[in-house]
Amino acid sequence: MSDLTVQLPGLDLKNPIMPASGCFSFGREYSKFYCLSQLGAIMIKAATADKRLGNATPRVAETHAGMLNAIGLQNPGVEAIIDHELPFLQTFDVPVIANVAGSTIEEYEGVARALKRTEAISAIELNISCPNVKEGGVQFGTRPELAAEVTQRVKAASHVPVYVKLSPNVTDIVEIAQAVEQAGADGLTMINTLTGMKIDLKKRQPLLANQVGGLSGPAIKPIAIRMIYQVYQAVDIPIIGMGGITSTDDVIEFLLAGASAVAIGTANFKNPLICSEIIEQLPQALQKYHFASVKDAIGKGHGHG
Amino acid sequence: MKVCEAVIDDIKQIARDTMQVHLKVEANILQTIKPGQFVHIQVNNGTEHMLRRPISVANIDQERQLLTIVFKVFGQGTAKLAAYEAEQSINLLIPCGQGYPIEELQIKKALLIGGGIGVPPLYYLARQLAKKNIEIISVLGFQTQADVFYQQDFEAFGQCFVTTMDGSYGYKGVVTDVIKQEHLLFDYYFSCGPTAMLRAVQTELTNYPGYISLEERMGCGIGACYACVVPSKDQATYKKICQDGPVFRANEVSI
Repeated sequence: MSDLTVQLPGLDLKNPIMPASGCFSFGREYSKFYCLSQLGAIMIKAATADKRLGNATPRVAETHAGMLNAIGLQNPGVEAIIDHELPFLQTFDVPVIANVAGSTIEEYEGVARALKRTEAISAIELNISCPNVKEGGVQFGTRPELAAEVTQRVKAASHVPVYVKLSPNVTDIVEIAQAVEQAGADGLTMINTLTGMKIDLKKRQPLLANQVGGLSGPAIKPIAIRMIYQVYQAVDIPIIGMGGITSTDDVIEFLLAGASAVAIGTANFKNPLICSEIIEQLPQALQKYHFASVKDAIGKGHGHG
Repeated sequence: MKVCEAVIDDIKQIARDTMQVHLKVEANILQTIKPGQFVHIQVNNGTEHMLRRPISVANIDQERQLLTIVFKVFGQGTAKLAAYEAEQSINLLIPCGQGYPIEELQIKKALLIGGGIGVPPLYYLARQLAKKNIEIISVLGFQTQADVFYQQDFEAFGQCFVTTMDGSYGYKGVVTDVIKQEHLLFDYYFSCGPTAMLRAVQTELTNYPGYISLEERMGCGIGACYACVVPSKDQATYKKICQDGPVFRANEVSI
């Protein structure tokens, strides 16, 4: 049996597979399909300081090998999440990563500080890359100096390691990655969705009510792989990779590019059992490519120097 | 709710771009399904189509262990579903959402109001209401004659009025025109169809208790992704159509 464990700041993972934030809510729905303790970790839906209603509908559209979404950070607010969602997740043996979002640096800080009163989370994923809200979010993820500042402030305000979620909607992702590393990030998660649009031919207008949305799914996988590959060579902090994973081969490709663990998002919608199935099949896949363990495969795809 | 592979017993076109499929499903799953619930269907294997398609349950035949769905071909995904043949299998999430809570209701005479592809779920509802000896009147609205289906099936339960927008079949106009013209008497209504129709029905029948069933583009279909939401009546919160609905009490949500 291959060793699937991975140790990352704040995260002792029994395997490298976790559902991606926003695709798994707070776990309740998927717990009806399999035991959440099987998972390496869970990245829960983004928390903001106060309750947010999100965008108008339609909020999703299918695209070739992917989908666009513009949910708009709908969530009940960090206090309600701590009181009503995290206790449920504590009944499972699985580390929880809280996704922290906001419109201002103060809001990010406030959410991180609010989370101090719970022991239910093992790490924070700092969401500076949500493309679907009018203010905040993505501008922190596209300007290195702002990314660094919010990272530093949230790091100072939180009691657990901070992973910064990077936006692919930038010219040079390495520059942002290095900026947040220098600002004290414990790790990176990448990539968030790419901004996209679909136009309704009959109505002659963008299909999503928000007009633009975030593109996810297998369509973006090559971009995720390329960006992880580049960032892995430029930073010393671990990367949790995501972007279109649907199979064990995809997982291994992310590990080879330099991810230490991976998150699965869109594929949960097609197959609610996907995380559980990939975890079960991973040992065989590692053997197939001659890796004794997950750790053995991390960053091993940089052969041509 | 379960993930299951269902074999197609038969598939046929019953109106313009409208397909009816009978699926073989285990009896113990069929027993749990209420009228108004839906199945969330995987288009195919592979990665081209990442989202399932939500399709209402049109009927259940416990004896033959068959589940009926009716869907309209709107885009590439539903076109692929329409190309399936008997004996092929498709992957379902079943059952999804909340149905019409008819056990809890005291009804003597029900008015069923269906529009286009909103008609099928009302058929299974009609069968369940008929079992309880509730009198049924149906008003079915379609765009044009080529779209009309299930008229005879609804006539088996009682009066059935069909209306088309262009007047090519039955009455001319929208469902609310028929309800007004015919002075229909009833004590509860159940409606499923396009949002514009549901809005008109709610406004016209504001003094009657009733239930509406909504449709929206869905992601997960189980309540996890927050894609298919509808504001509550007071606009203070969102309901999830896939999990809290698709059936809602009239005036429970703001459409």
